[in-house]
Amino acid sequence: MKNARNLPFLATLIVFLVAYGLCTLQFPNMFSTRVIANLLSDNAFLGIVAVGMTFVILSGGIDLSVGSVIAFTSVFVAVLVGSFGLHPLTAFVLALVLSTLFGAGMGLMIRYLSIPPFVVTLAGMFLARGAAYLVSTQSVPITHPFFETIQGLYLRLPGGGRLTAMAMLMLVVFAVGALVASRTRFGANVYALGGNEQSAALMGVPVGRTIIGIYALSGFLSGLSGIAYTIYTSSGYSLATVGIELDAIAAVVIGGTLLTGGTGLVAGTLVGILIQGLIQTYIVFDGTLSSWWTKIVIGILLFAFIALQRAIIWYSNRRLADGASRGELRGAA
Amino acid sequence: MRQVLATIAVAFTLSLASSVSAQSLTVGFSQIGSESGWRAAETTVTKQEAEKRGITLKFADAQQKQENQIKAVRGFIAQGVDAILIAPVVATGWDAVLKEAKEEKIPVILLDRQIDAPDSLYLTAVTSDQVHEGKVAGDWLVKDVGAKDCKVVELQGTTGSSPAINRKKGFEEAIASHANIKIVRSQTGDFTRTKGKEVMESFIKAEGGGKGICAVYAHNDDMAVGAIQAIKEAGLKPGTDIKVVSIDAVPDIFKAMAAGEANATVELTPNMAGPAFEILATYLKDKKEPKKWVQTESKLYTAKDDPMKVYEAKKGLGY
Repeated sequence: MKNARNLPFLATLIVFLVAYGLCTLQFPNMFSTRVIANLLSDNAFLGIVAVGMTFVILSGGIDLSVGSVIAFTSVFVAVLVGSFGLHPLTAFVLALVLSTLFGAGMGLMIRYLSIPPFVVTLAGMFLARGAAYLVSTQSVPITHPFFETIQGLYLRLPGGGRLTAMAMLMLVVFAVGALVASRTRFGANVYALGGNEQSAALMGVPVGRTIIGIYALSGFLSGLSGIAYTIYTSSGYSLATVGIELDAIAAVVIGGTLLTGGTGLVAGTLVGILIQGLIQTYIVFDGTLSSWWTKIVIGILLFAFIALQRAIIWYSNRRLADGASRGELRGAA
Repeated sequence: MRQVLATIAVAFTLSLASSVSAQSLTVGFSQIGSESGWRAAETTVTKQEAEKRGITLKFADAQQKQENQIKAVRGFIAQGVDAILIAPVVATGWDAVLKEAKEEKIPVILLDRQIDAPDSLYLTAVTSDQVHEGKVAGDWLVKDVGAKDCKVVELQGTTGSSPAINRKKGFEEAIASHANIKIVRSQTGDFTRTKGKEVMESFIKAEGGGKGICAVYAHNDDMAVGAIQAIKEAGLKPGTDIKVVSIDAVPDIFKAMAAGEANATVELTPNMAGPAFEILATYLKDKKEPKKWVQTESKLYTAKDDPMKVYEAKKGLGY
């Protein structure tokens, strides 16, 4: 049963490996540490925010505010460092505190005002984007030695690839995320909440605390992703990362997490991110395809994976029903 | 036998040498997107210019996102292209990826916009000079009206945008020493046809039915097309009663020009890649750094330039 539910993850992994294999058949250049390092480095901010999104979706919720929070964080940090002369680290801490509180606030509203997460985070999306414009409508460049130091930090892989500090940060976030999801009480509560909120409450899951924790975590990771984005471009721009929340959701779903919650793996999201990055890389290598094919392929993959998930649920429910009628479950219950 | 082998070896070397010299360049082009007709035309022209020279062009549309542009440039570097063209979506945030290209010794040429980065990070920037565009338009009017008095109304671009500021500045510089030409009214028409028409209507009303206006200067052709409609609806003849001069040279203005309803337009050429490829070829040949800024020509078109022919030539470019 648990294995059947992890089938989408395996399917995603196979899709990625086969697609990568096909790409390298056409462009042998694509099989290089450079491309692999680029996949990780260029998608670092997306990956970080997608870890938060995985938790939100696992709990059966959604967070539409993440793209705006990234943009806000980037402008906020850029202005603090550029105009107010704060040290980047101080600015980072302030931005993280702010984004975490913002996420926790949305969690509070979702829990205690019983407003659907879609609506609360939609409001959050507008609010954060508006706040970003309020701070600055123009792109703010950052010239601070600290930024140059971080940008200069990378692991040179054999073959010329560079694994940047941000790529390593993303991998750490994924590792910690996977641990939290599978090995902690908080993680178990998230899964329980996504499975069924009422039965979770009956089982003694602290529903309120968990929901607030989930959205605070998503807010925190959005802030961290915003910092990664700021370092990536060494500037803050209020128009940045529009629509990235949808890319993150797509990565989570392609990675095998059920949109209705309760089932999924953090590791799957990483593969989801890599698949999106792979499509983009392929289009750049080809050089004649319209870049909108990225969206089309992602759309097709989403459909395919949602259909696959449905089929698995249907199949496992039938098995469950069969088992119950044969009396196998009676002993277990 | 040895001779035969030697001949084969020579033939082989020769064929190898010729294949190397015939081996075409591969150039990556990271375009902002296709938000305007002009940009679509720039993309088409870039592809045509590459084909003309036998250059393999790798094209990536960034859909208005800088992160996509950076990804594309990194992808080009990973592919080992010979050069990269970038039409940057914003001015900031390019240092890191340009440094990477420089370390791999891949020359980068900026098209159409400048960036906030040390100019050692790129080979050159090919852009138009917006102040000069305004000046060419102003010079045309100065020559056209001669010593007669002329009241000009101005349709500005989006307030605060750099083309609006610069095209205004250039035009004012051109007419500054001619006391007979004066800008009597100036308002923003947001670069759009509808706003251009609305604002022109209000100008005509304010200037006694348009009798006092001798010319309209629009910061782009779209607003000029809107203004032409407003002039016609007020019962006046655009092109004769009120002269129309604008900037961009999109196909529609040539239609109006052929009908005698517009007088002059200054071209913002979509061909930024042509000069870029020329510079690249010279640079790759003798490794001499070119100037850091190459200005494209701002060509003036009037009714004398066979507007219908220009229209036919431009219409297929995707404007």
